[in-house]
Amino acid sequence: MPPSIQHGRSANHTLRIVCPNGHLGFAPIKAGSFRIGCNSEPDLICADSGSCDVGPVPLGSDTSSSPLQWQTDDLETMLLASRRLGVPMIVGSAGDTGTNSRVDLFVGIIKELARKHQLSKFRVGYFYSEVETGLLRRRLAGGEVVAGLDGRPALDAATVDATQRVVAVAGVHPYIKLLDQHADVIVGGRSSDCALFAAPAIRQGFPEALAYFYGKILECASFCAEPYGAKESVLGEITMDDVKITAMLPEQRCTIASVAGHAMYERANPFYEHFLGGHLDMSQCRYDQYDERTVRVTGPTYVPASELRVKLEGSGKIGERYVGIVGVRDPYTIANIDLVTQWARRQVTERFGERGYQVHFSVYGRDAIMGSSEPMRSAPAHELAVVVQGIAPTAAMAEEVAMIATRQMFYARLPQVRGTAGGVAFLLDEVMPASPAYRWTLNHTMRVDHPLELFPTFVTEAGV
Amino acid sequence: MAGRKLSEIAKTIRSKNAGVDKITFDVIFPDRTSYELVRESGVLSRDAMCRIFGIDAARITDHVAFEPALAIKFTIARMVPSGSPGDADIFGAQQYGPLLDIEVPDGR
Repeated sequence: MPPSIQHGRSANHTLRIVCPNGHLGFAPIKAGSFRIGCNSEPDLICADSGSCDVGPVPLGSDTSSSPLQWQTDDLETMLLASRRLGVPMIVGSAGDTGTNSRVDLFVGIIKELARKHQLSKFRVGYFYSEVETGLLRRRLAGGEVVAGLDGRPALDAATVDATQRVVAVAGVHPYIKLLDQHADVIVGGRSSDCALFAAPAIRQGFPEALAYFYGKILECASFCAEPYGAKESVLGEITMDDVKITAMLPEQRCTIASVAGHAMYERANPFYEHFLGGHLDMSQCRYDQYDERTVRVTGPTYVPASELRVKLEGSGKIGERYVGIVGVRDPYTIANIDLVTQWARRQVTERFGERGYQVHFSVYGRDAIMGSSEPMRSAPAHELAVVVQGIAPTAAMAEEVAMIATRQMFYARLPQVRGTAGGVAFLLDEVMPASPAYRWTLNHTMRVDHPLELFPTFVTEAGV
Repeated sequence: MAGRKLSEIAKTIRSKNAGVDKITFDVIFPDRTSYELVRESGVLSRDAMCRIFGIDAARITDHVAFEPALAIKFTIARMVPSGSPGDADIFGAQQYGPLLDIEVPDGR
């Protein structure tokens, strides 16, 4: 077997990237394997920071699901290594959602860290991805079809009206532009996970097919290695002929199974990856064990799109939200839990009528997680928890909806119940404010004339 | 015919969001023999998944045997998008439970 790529380049013309985290800020970078990665001659340090996995609340409310301290710590770890080694650092989909405020937040953190560590001046490039709902309204008014993905209907004006915030998902283009402008650090708005890794490779002339695959396989860091262990660094190397990936944590290896297994992770179909400008066809990929801990991949194909269509993600507010929790131990009450929640719901209806709010009961111990797909639905556990959500236009009303629905389970009238002093057990005799309720309103694509059309780029300076 | 549970044969059984409107399931095997045994047995076929999850065939958007990873993979359209009120699995990460106990016949 050849020597590990960890200890040296496998060809003359290569580009090596260390990825320390698959979702920067969401859980901290593990320092040990990142240090090994930084000692393995990387040409860049790159990490994605966003995901629509976190649900519609962060995008809708323009917040992060990651704590500020963790975001700062991860950016500090990457920035200090990047400046010490003199290699660029790229972060994509800043702050979980990649909205403008999250990009500004990350750029601010980078500048503050540069001051704190008295780093010599360097260039910070960034781009925005937000799309004004006004632009969508104008496009719709002009007769354009904003097509739905995954079975959704085409966008209509009512859905735009119900939407708080929209981001477009960028491709490699703004990253390449900012690298051309000699950015040392790039903070990206919302973008395809693979784009921030593919961009520097495409810019240096590596084949697009390999470059996009390179991004696809690096973006989740050690998720492509085994045994399972997240947030550890991996090192990738692209040549004109192949992509290689190796684990930096000594206890982990990249194997054919782990790398091919990751290639299909979080996607409906293992063969195709779509992004602005085209898609990747991985159906003819060949995976080889290059050395004990490194996998070599060849054979992906890049298929340019006949029409540029950008993916749009949008979130719309439903209302303010309060949450209550009750427990149930009486077997008769458990067997009749639907009658209990129906009773509680009826009490809300008597107070507020049929419309203008939502009540949801999640019955843990029976079918909260899988709902109607739960095969064990008719065999509930010996104790249940019912989590109640009350959602309404104002916080006061949401609190009252949740309170009625929670407390009235205590008073539910079941014909045969022996316990007449209270039908449920309270963990807390209160309801708690939760994040407002949002929903994904946009999962669509829109035509653009130019791949940079929705993604304005900027360059600023940091350091002293 | 004696059989084993899928959880005794597969290396990985998982579910996860594939975008905001779908949940994808991966069943990954340790070797070709077990991969082929389960693939040929039909216990993870579209029909079998419709039965186990109580869903219409139309909700299974993809169903493939992915040989490089020795995996069987299928994807189900969500009833409501991830994180909508009432959805209790924002990441779609706990939908695979019913797969663990599937009986796989020996095939001999």
